[in-house]
Amino acid sequence: MKNIRNFCIIAHIDHGKSTLADRLLEFTGTVTQREMQAQLLDDMDLERERGITIKSHAIQMDYLYNGEKYTLNLIDTPGHIDFSYEVSRSIAACEGALLIVDAAQGIEAQTISNLFLALEHDLEIIPVINKIDLPGAMIEEVKDQVVDLIGIDPDSIVLASAKEGIGITDILEAIVNRIPAPVGDPKGELQGLIFDSVFNSYRGIEVIFRVKSGSIRKGDKVKFMATGKEYEADEIGTLRLKKQPKDVIECGDVGYLISGIKIAKEVKVGDTITHLLHPAKEAIKGFEEVKPMVFAGIYPVDTTEFEDLRDAMDKLQLNDASLVWEPETSAALGFGFRCGFLGMLHMEIVQERLEREFDMTVITTVPSVKFFVNLKNGGRVAVSAPSEMPDPNSINTLEEPFINAQIITAAEYVGPIITLCMDKRGLIKNQIYLTSNRVELTFDMPLAEVVFDFFDKLKTISRGYASLDYSLSGFRESHLVKLDILLNGDPVDALSAIVHRDKAYDWGKKLCEKLKELLPRQQFEIAIQAAIGAKVIARETVKAMRKDVTAKCYGGDISRKRKLLEKQKKGKKRMRQIGNVEVPQEAFMAVLKIN
Amino acid sequence: MHLYFHIPFCKQACHYCDFHFSVNLREKDNLVKALLQEIELQKNYLISKNINSIYFGGGTPSLLQPADFELILNKINTHFQVSSDAEITLEANPDDINISRLKDWKTWGFNRLSIGIQTFNESHLKFLNRAHTSNESQTAISKALQAGFEDLSIDLIYAIPSDNNEIWKLDLATALKFPINHLSAYSLTIEEKTVFGKRLQKKIMEPISDQFSAAQYEILIEYSAKAGFEQYEISNFARNGKYAKHNTSYWKNEPYLGIGPSAHSFNGENRQWNISSNGAYIKNLGLGKIPFTKEILTLKEKANELLMTGLRTKWGANMNELATLVEIKDEEFERTLLHYFQKDFLLLQDNTIHLTEKGKLIADRISSDLFFT
Repeated sequence: MKNIRNFCIIAHIDHGKSTLADRLLEFTGTVTQREMQAQLLDDMDLERERGITIKSHAIQMDYLYNGEKYTLNLIDTPGHIDFSYEVSRSIAACEGALLIVDAAQGIEAQTISNLFLALEHDLEIIPVINKIDLPGAMIEEVKDQVVDLIGIDPDSIVLASAKEGIGITDILEAIVNRIPAPVGDPKGELQGLIFDSVFNSYRGIEVIFRVKSGSIRKGDKVKFMATGKEYEADEIGTLRLKKQPKDVIECGDVGYLISGIKIAKEVKVGDTITHLLHPAKEAIKGFEEVKPMVFAGIYPVDTTEFEDLRDAMDKLQLNDASLVWEPETSAALGFGFRCGFLGMLHMEIVQERLEREFDMTVITTVPSVKFFVNLKNGGRVAVSAPSEMPDPNSINTLEEPFINAQIITAAEYVGPIITLCMDKRGLIKNQIYLTSNRVELTFDMPLAEVVFDFFDKLKTISRGYASLDYSLSGFRESHLVKLDILLNGDPVDALSAIVHRDKAYDWGKKLCEKLKELLPRQQFEIAIQAAIGAKVIARETVKAMRKDVTAKCYGGDISRKRKLLEKQKKGKKRMRQIGNVEVPQEAFMAVLKIN
Repeated sequence: MHLYFHIPFCKQACHYCDFHFSVNLREKDNLVKALLQEIELQKNYLISKNINSIYFGGGTPSLLQPADFELILNKINTHFQVSSDAEITLEANPDDINISRLKDWKTWGFNRLSIGIQTFNESHLKFLNRAHTSNESQTAISKALQAGFEDLSIDLIYAIPSDNNEIWKLDLATALKFPINHLSAYSLTIEEKTVFGKRLQKKIMEPISDQFSAAQYEILIEYSAKAGFEQYEISNFARNGKYAKHNTSYWKNEPYLGIGPSAHSFNGENRQWNISSNGAYIKNLGLGKIPFTKEILTLKEKANELLMTGLRTKWGANMNELATLVEIKDEEFERTLLHYFQKDFLLLQDNTIHLTEKGKLIADRISSDLFFT
């Protein structure tokens, strides 16, 4: 145990975590140059394309130092705000962390929140300033930021360029010398912390865990303490570049377990593995059920593809346990699913994976958060879709979730960011200068405003130099209303939204205008209305199409024209009929891009 | 069987035109050589050598010199049998028409002229960037008639931006006072790769409103009918049954061979079109190759073309013919047909579907809806 080092990497997106991980594998000889593929640990295409890590992984390396062999377990962590719980469990499996800071960018909000998580777990922090080769590197300034933040000796900061291979040996030596060996009772009852799982279509779910106490042997009968499910350890081993089966995983080490688990939901990150016959007295602390924050409907564009979509969702859930869904019916969109996501990025990823991996074309409806409605009769109901809103006459009050949002940015963007947050019904709580040019702003804001288009806007107004982290602070009463959209008098349920009363008019007007742009003209006039209850608050009109006929149709025009009309026909097939109005799918997406 | 020649040269570019042409006339002789070469290479493209119509379009074919025509027509006569009653049309611009040329054209066998008038209004002519005046147009029509071109067609453009319909009414009245037997009238269409297209993109020009175009279309229908013209295709009108044989062949899916850059050919099964570049065309033919793209039509595509082109004409789209290509007992097809019958956009006569007057205004929408996928 004394030669094991468990560590993770804390970094902001794009600060070079994946590249550094690749270098560590290369320097320890875990992979050869030939096997090297950029961002080795990110094996989903989507991850590699987006340059971000969605799903965390673990890998074991051997490192020879001063004549001794050390086992280094690198526990990779997802770097996005939506996945902070997974990060916290990965951190709980480590004794140390590499804090990677981009020499040109400095510390970001997400890095700080993860750093605090690591400090809470008493992890040894090894700060690494990466990308020191960049022309824009501000090494001294970033050093100051790091010193300010964790009160560390500036000399203990490692300077590196993962891309150029600079400082990698320093990092490896720091890992061995500074990160403590794991502690735990090798003879005690088994406690294995599940911090990740990987879906394998042939062998079921691979559970990735860290042994906190005791040890696990191949063939052991085990139990997951939170779910109460029992399994047999068919195969255990360590994760190298490939899986390496072993007979035993000792206390302090990291390994995988395969026992034919088919349902991803049975494997919960944070759960504790113990022996069935000699169970641990208690589970490892910190387990939480992951709760979705954002809800939206997902519908097949082609209504006949509902069953295919169900299949795809089932398969997707196999390796995305945080995705929850149930069937839902919409008058406008037909049969589909109400889904719960960890956040907006998670929602986008699910949508993209459905399209790429399962070739499904889907419509996603306006995302919503979970509200609580206090009824006049004393009842209290949760609402996570506009369609679930009770009759307005029965409502006493409405509550919506609020968050504590931390934004770190350059001083020059403070003004516009404050304006943006106030526009999003935020209240500024605190403003701290981390350095002369980096400011941390804290806001109290409704979550509903953040899940929408906040992040994109924040990035735009700060030219990418702002980072965001948030945590739920509780539910508070709000003046919320359900806004409906009607086409020639027929409500379009898929376009309804729950919005703050003060914003309803603006929202309604913009949505009507956007729909006017997107609805193709038909042989009759179309009235687009926005309404709260029976009260119409905005209206636009799409004029009837009077003439739609090509002027010329000679030899050279026929192919081109036929293709154009075929395309129109295809487009029309994807339209939805609301009353007598044909609505293209873009109209349902329009809400997402209203500003 | 029909022959089409694309003569890709113009004196100047009209602001609305997206046909293939060049204002660089230096390559003209080389191009004529290439055309001759292409005739040679394609002489067996059509299943029959009997030619019922020849059409010289462009571009501006009236820019060709007597020697050019002589070469091309001789080549045609070497490889094809042009029937004695064949329709041989030349597209001509008013500014190229004079008595001596008319005489030449007549001598070589042209028996039909299609004159690009577009409008008789001076400011509209300028707006379109045409190279002639209204007077030249009227003189050209008179001279052509005097020269014995009984089969005379003129092209007009409507829905040219204007505060009212008066100019259009005047254009029609002026055109219809001539004893012509054919009229083509096109709604101004803004194509992407034209001056108008660019203006639209830069928002210095408004799109043509369909209300405006529809109003002028209705005036067109009214005036042409009064003058004894029959609308035999959406944009084509004839008196005394003088339908354009060549153009009608496109709508009746008859085979045609197109010669010249950007020209399309159709052999009854496949369609192919030559490259839209004079330079590349000349160069390839110099090497004995024809640079073209080919499209093999599926049965559904053939059915869709039958619907698209057939419906535009007075002959309609015949269901028996359609049934040879696709399964017409199709639930969606029948539902769509019924919908348009009930709404009085389509009617069925002798097992042939036709557009009603109302239907003609939205012909594209209707055929697209009827398409087989």
